[in-house]
Amino acid sequence: MSASPADLRAQRIATEPLHTVGQQTRFLRGGTKSVRDIWDHRELLGLLVRRELKARYKDSSLGIVWSLVRPLAQLLIYYFAIGQILGAAREIPSFALFVFVGLTVWGLFTEIVANGSTAIVTNSGLVKKVYLPREIFPLSAVGGALFNFCVQLVILIAATVIIGEIPWHVDLLYAPLAIAVLVVFSTAIALLLSALNVYLRDIQHLVEVALIVLFWASPIVYSYSFVHDALAGSWLEELYLLNPVTLAVLGMQKAFWIAGSAQGTESNWPADLDIRLVVALLVSLVLVWLAQRVFSRLQGNFAQEL
Amino acid sequence: MTESPTIVSVHDLSKRFILHKDKSVKERIVNFGRARQHRDDFWALRDINLEIPVGSTLGLVGHNGSGKSTLLKTIGGIIQPTTGSVRRRGRLAALLELGAGFHPDLTGRDNVYLNAAILGLTRKETDRYFDAIVDFSGIESFIDTQVKFYSSGMYVRLAFSVAVHVDPDLLLVDEVLAVGDEPFQRKCMAKIAEFQSEGRTIVLVSHSADQVGSLCDRVVVLHQGEITHDGDPAEGIRILREGYEADRKLLDKAHTVSRASIPPYEIVSVDATTNEDADSAAITLDYVIDINDPQDEWGIGLTIENSLGLHIYSMTSFGLHSNLPNTVGRHSVRIVLPNVRLGAGSYLVNTGLGNQAGVNFDERPGAANFEIVGGGYGYGLVRISPDIFAN
Repeated sequence: MSASPADLRAQRIATEPLHTVGQQTRFLRGGTKSVRDIWDHRELLGLLVRRELKARYKDSSLGIVWSLVRPLAQLLIYYFAIGQILGAAREIPSFALFVFVGLTVWGLFTEIVANGSTAIVTNSGLVKKVYLPREIFPLSAVGGALFNFCVQLVILIAATVIIGEIPWHVDLLYAPLAIAVLVVFSTAIALLLSALNVYLRDIQHLVEVALIVLFWASPIVYSYSFVHDALAGSWLEELYLLNPVTLAVLGMQKAFWIAGSAQGTESNWPADLDIRLVVALLVSLVLVWLAQRVFSRLQGNFAQEL
Repeated sequence: MTESPTIVSVHDLSKRFILHKDKSVKERIVNFGRARQHRDDFWALRDINLEIPVGSTLGLVGHNGSGKSTLLKTIGGIIQPTTGSVRRRGRLAALLELGAGFHPDLTGRDNVYLNAAILGLTRKETDRYFDAIVDFSGIESFIDTQVKFYSSGMYVRLAFSVAVHVDPDLLLVDEVLAVGDEPFQRKCMAKIAEFQSEGRTIVLVSHSADQVGSLCDRVVVLHQGEITHDGDPAEGIRILREGYEADRKLLDKAHTVSRASIPPYEIVSVDATTNEDADSAAITLDYVIDINDPQDEWGIGLTIENSLGLHIYSMTSFGLHSNLPNTVGRHSVRIVLPNVRLGAGSYLVNTGLGNQAGVNFDERPGAANFEIVGGGYGYGLVRISPDIFAN
């Protein structure tokens, strides 16, 4: 006697354990389960990232090229306005390259934080109707931003080749470390803000303003030596260096801006940049974990708040 | 057959919604100390206990706002319960809204992959099912068109065919079964029947008593967040109807307060009797009607439905050129339905009085019921006595 498909199904299901629906809300534990949940949905995460990128440039004839226009326009503005007219370029060798390194890093941070913090709200249709680990929405914003970043990075490397300042030296190792710090830190912020934004929509407007202000808190269009000269090792300078974005910008500059190292003065970078970056990475990892725990606490009510 | 294992176990589930009346920061700060006054909470679900065995088809019915969609979403994990727990196993597909996650700028093909991933298919599985999905939806020629150019029918058809191909053990359905044109609806219903025969579990929220009656083997009636009935579908639908009726009467009462008068025509009682022979039944309906205030014209309307709410017959007296009495006083009227060849079962008569302009004087849903014992051969809604001839 052969069992019917219905019986087979029943037998198979009977062997599976019953599990509680929804995320565990205990604060300290439950993180590993969330990570496993997200890992199980990695394919979907990839599809969501691709959806974002595809949809953004669909129907435009230039397509992905547009993702480069914005940083290049910014580059031109800062190069002429700050570099030539205000004269910053006199103190900073290879000013165009210097600015572009900073803008690339800053662009990654802005995109992750700005798109990440609105990710849950813009995907409310899905959040309300399907159960998915909700973390994947801010994470897909991270993925999309990383893609744009990679395109810009290729342009950056091409530019160093063209102007003959190929960054093939030991300091290039700062690059992966700096990118890691930036991605982990901004992911933490995006996770936290995306959850808070559901309850308080003011967050997304606040983020816009904060990003404009914070742009000037990192050495993107001015070099670190200006800061060092002005603050001269006071506690304000240490405060300035606590910003993980600043550290990431400095790290990337150390990796890609050869002219800065050739300048001879060590003041283009603070002392112990490598240690600072490692510490920032560790702190950011803790922040991601904390942000995820807060996120999973808040996500239980997403469907009814949206 | 052994006892079916449980696929969903709901234990002491309650869900409270809090409605904030003030959303802006200003209002929150101004009302900070009195925050409690400025929020309403209500229990959408209260102490729900439910065990759903594998292979059953459960219908969740109830009035608007009775908590059935909330219960479905809690089972799906979309809403977290306030207290209590939901445990489940097996693969879940939730059809709460067709095409949730469809992106208008992407092509049908991209959206199939995306939506399948949302419902839990891996890329390889989607590749395998892709042709079947497109075939079922019947929109092959548009699959590489952006879905924003689809008609709404094409949109839901594609969404539905993705959803039924994800091979779920447990399917949650919220009011989405009636999509597309009639042939497609028939296809959907056939698919659901196939799911049932394959031992998949279906939890269905529906307002259509017809649909619930024909699909479900168990009905749970929710009323204000509590289970008022759990079990037999026919009984469940009856309770639901009674609930609607009670609501209607309450509403009516509120209306009549202002009208403050007795209706011109009123049904006092209706009795149904049947007289069966081998071939057919004659159904006699005896009305007692009070005429309080004769109008220009009036008539009787009635519908018959079976215990699962399926509409079988309806009529009005206007086309019959009857001479109904039209003087003040109590009258008895008899309607005879001869040669009714209905299958065995119990039937419900809804009736009402009104005029041709559509004014209702009185309404009595479920005014009478009758049983047909049977006769004929085979099973079904109609009674047929077949013969077989061979040469």
